Amino acid sequence: MSQISARQRLYRRSRISIFHGFDPVLTIAVGLLLFIGTLLVYSATRDWYSRYGLDPQYYLKRHVINIAIGLLLVYGTTVIDYRLLRAYTPIFWGLGVLGLVMVLIPGLGSTVNGARAWIALPGGFQIQPAELAKIAIIIGMSMLLSERTHDSDEPTSRDVLQALVVAGIPALLIIVQPDMGTVFIISASVITIIAVSGAPSRWVAVLLIVAVLGAVVATKTGVISDYQLNRLQTFVDPTADTQGAGYQLRQARITIGSGGLIGTGLFNGPQTNGRFVPEQQTDFIFTVAGEELGFLGSGLIIFLYLLILMRAFAIARRTSDPFGRLMTTGVIAWFAFQVFENIGMTLGLMPMTGVPLPFISYGGSSMFATLIGFGLLQNVHARSRG
Amino acid sequence: MNQRSRLNLLVVQILIVSLMVALLGRLFYLQITAGPMYRDAALSIQSRDVVSPATRGLIVDSSGVPLALNKVGLAITIDRIAIDKQPDKGVEVMQRLSQLLNLQYADVYRNTRLCGELPKGQKAGCWTGSRYLPIPITKEADSDIALQIVERSDQFPGVDAQPIAIRNYPGIAGVNGAHVLGYVGPLTKSDLAKGDGKKYFRSETIGKSGLEITYDSYLRGIPGIRTLIVDRKEAITAQGQNTAPISGDHLVTSLDARLQAAVEVALADAVKRGRANGNTSDSGAAVVMDIRNGQVLAIASYPTYDPNAFERGLTVQQASDLFSEEKSLPALSRVLQGLYAPASTFKSVSVIAAASAGYNLNASYSCPAEVQVGTRAFQNFESRSHGTMSLKKAIAVSCDTIWYRIAFDEWLRDGGLRPKSNPNDYFFKAAQSFNITQKVGIDLPSESSSRLADRAYKKSWYQQNKDFYCNYKDRATKAQQTPFLLLLAKENCVDGDKVRAGDAVNFAIGQGETVVTPLKLAQMYAAIGNGGTIWQMMIGKAIVKSDGTVVKTMIAKKLGTLTASKETLDFLHGALREVVTAGTGAGAFAGFPVPVSGKTGTAEVFGRNLNGSLKDNTSWFASYAPSNKPRYAVVMMISQGGFGASTSGVGVRRIYETLFGVKANKLIPGAAIFPDGKPPTKLPKISPATKPKVAP
Repeated sequence: MSQISARQRLYRRSRISIFHGFDPVLTIAVGLLLFIGTLLVYSATRDWYSRYGLDPQYYLKRHVINIAIGLLLVYGTTVIDYRLLRAYTPIFWGLGVLGLVMVLIPGLGSTVNGARAWIALPGGFQIQPAELAKIAIIIGMSMLLSERTHDSDEPTSRDVLQALVVAGIPALLIIVQPDMGTVFIISASVITIIAVSGAPSRWVAVLLIVAVLGAVVATKTGVISDYQLNRLQTFVDPTADTQGAGYQLRQARITIGSGGLIGTGLFNGPQTNGRFVPEQQTDFIFTVAGEELGFLGSGLIIFLYLLILMRAFAIARRTSDPFGRLMTTGVIAWFAFQVFENIGMTLGLMPMTGVPLPFISYGGSSMFATLIGFGLLQNVHARSRG
Repeated sequence: MNQRSRLNLLVVQILIVSLMVALLGRLFYLQITAGPMYRDAALSIQSRDVVSPATRGLIVDSSGVPLALNKVGLAITIDRIAIDKQPDKGVEVMQRLSQLLNLQYADVYRNTRLCGELPKGQKAGCWTGSRYLPIPITKEADSDIALQIVERSDQFPGVDAQPIAIRNYPGIAGVNGAHVLGYVGPLTKSDLAKGDGKKYFRSETIGKSGLEITYDSYLRGIPGIRTLIVDRKEAITAQGQNTAPISGDHLVTSLDARLQAAVEVALADAVKRGRANGNTSDSGAAVVMDIRNGQVLAIASYPTYDPNAFERGLTVQQASDLFSEEKSLPALSRVLQGLYAPASTFKSVSVIAAASAGYNLNASYSCPAEVQVGTRAFQNFESRSHGTMSLKKAIAVSCDTIWYRIAFDEWLRDGGLRPKSNPNDYFFKAAQSFNITQKVGIDLPSESSSRLADRAYKKSWYQQNKDFYCNYKDRATKAQQTPFLLLLAKENCVDGDKVRAGDAVNFAIGQGETVVTPLKLAQMYAAIGNGGTIWQMMIGKAIVKSDGTVVKTMIAKKLGTLTASKETLDFLHGALREVVTAGTGAGAFAGFPVPVSGKTGTAEVFGRNLNGSLKDNTSWFASYAPSNKPRYAVVMMISQGGFGASTSGVGVRRIYETLFGVKANKLIPGAAIFPDGKPPTKLPKISPATKPKVAP
């Protein structure tokens, strides 16, 4: 009897399942967000597209394909031991920087909503290198700050400086686009990784000051274009521009607010069906949740993010590998600040930028990147036991 | 993991949890706390109410003859959504249309703009309704032109012709009635802002003045509402509620169309007569009321305007004429807003005062050419001396000096400039018992309050003006610094709060600070005629549904009773009758077969006209009839009309001729407006086709 169970245990451990080592809570939470996101993307586009004689499932189909590709990427990033990723890190990083340079070349990059952030591919597909650059920066920094070429247990200023160069080059290229939302998320991730790496505290303090000063200088001088400034101004005074960014923010708030406790029901939101909020299947998808699912549904979404982040913190604490911990911390900061920026924007807490909502917004690059991030969390989780 | 890393990780975790909680908190605020507000905002973004107006109720006279009804017009409308889609925003279409309709392009452009789209000061004529309603360019298009537009729809995209209801004042029997009926117009922002608890719908037509506004909530009905849910491109995605319009109820008035028309003609003729006698005669008013119940049978003001002009769309010229001083402000209703010194018509009050002061009404009094009041001599009208006469005769010939003497004696008895603590104030009290300062309470908007120059008035006047008169040299303009005015200012500063001898004697003959509206004087003479009841004046009798159901009846209230003995009133009745048989009114009423009682009034007016001429006297005639069984009170006033008798007295006679059916001093059987001798009490059947009875 005991022999049988011991054998069974042995068998179970040796069986290589594709779910081997998956954190169930994390997986279910991400799965729920993907499912809710699919419904929301469909709801955001279905009515309008059928009303104007277009395929009502156009976005739904593409979104499902994106998720399918993304799940393959999850599998890929989970089965390979993340420690092997280190070897490929310079290549990822180089590809990311190359992509960011390419979007700036006229004829290659295309401009959407004032930011030159996209590379058009054949077949109507586009990729957004900045999304993939986030991963490159997180892995690159984690590698540099966890590897010790010296006796010290903690990263030295030299390590920090190297890491900042790794983050700074792609960040500067993104500033040029300009995509300030992504710059904000990268900055938050960089500071978080450095803080958790055990680097001297003065670096954290200096970087926080630099980040605040950078934001002030960017708005005062011409680094931020008029377009960006306009979005910032309308954040401060939503009535300043009634048709542009301010219109969008006000519509977003009205749409969410009108949802009330239980919402109008999926596919039943008049604001959503009338498409009064532009970009509502991508950056403003949270408004669809707000209107149609109400406080219960949209609150659930925030709760699921909180759950994912809490699990990720647990993974970061449990692993004994500094590289895995820093990478996990980087992914946490990325997800957390992207969620806060995106939802905060629709709720009027943050200025308007063009960042998508992880696991939910329509858009291939973002979906792939966030699912790779999810895969990395699982990878660290799976390898932290042994 | 070293200690610092561990700590920092915890700090990051706390920070991130706080951020997520902040999102939840903000979400709670937006959706739960402020949810209802945002739901309203969303509703106004998504839904478009298309209002189909209710048919407005009719206004009819006491026998059912329509005074206001609805006519079918052919409207040419422009659909803003459609023309805005044109590459040139519809400029060419509107130009073509204005040419075809013989209109100015600038007017068409302005008529089709929402008021918010036009800069300040250029909003006149803007569209006050919703963008989603067809905007009417004209409501009385020629059917041939309308056909052309509909047939050439490729040349007129967004332009349509459709029959619509327009408010029409048909002028049956020649009635104008502009001031009493009022007019309607589109709902404006300020109507909405009034917040008087009424529920309005944008683009509704509502009453703007006169009876149309007083009874608007009944007449208007409830418009039908179709709520459409639209998307960002204004395409309709769903339909919300859809309610059919409910027609407005009808207003039955106590007016009589034929009498109203006759009063308007008599008034206009009186103005002409005044002018023929060399008076400016800039304006006038006349009113006929039932003295037994306060119902108004006819009410008119001169000059007037075309009541249909508003619905047709006022031209700039018409709009400015309405309020032009040179055109004597046709918009102003003299009958309820004009204030004039009542002059000798006020002697009826003085009779009651003298009686209560104990003067023997049947004694003889001397009527000299002038009476010394303090240091000043007060003259009789035209400085004529009539010798000694009865008080009755004094009323009939309108002797002033008798009243000067009585008023001066009473003023002295009350203490003069140092009044007793409890003065008798017979004159003030007699006037107060007529409720002069209380409005007549007529069911028309903006009635003016009459003013009684008693002690209380003097005190409040002094409180408001003493600063000016006591610092006259500094406050007054150069032109006001004449020796006479300086002296007046000094007097006003010293004892402006007191009733002076001059004030007291002027009061007795209806001159000075006391001013009344023509309606108020009619109410006063009605009270004298009916034995002392002061009636509220009412035009509306009932609100009736199309099927005849009575929704509401309006009954005038008794506002007060005269404090005069029966003997005094009997005396007054006799005196007022003698005015018409042997006094100042005898000429005007010579040979008239129905006994009429009344009083002439010729009030002096100070000041100058626009052209610099001195203002002429106000001409009054206040009356009631038949003297043996009074039923009607008729008052006419012609501003700057000259003598009371020749201008207004003759005018009132004309009104009585129609009222009683008199032709060439003979009563024509059946020709009276009310053959039973009284206005109808039964409510008429309502039909827009009702015709007035034709007199034999």
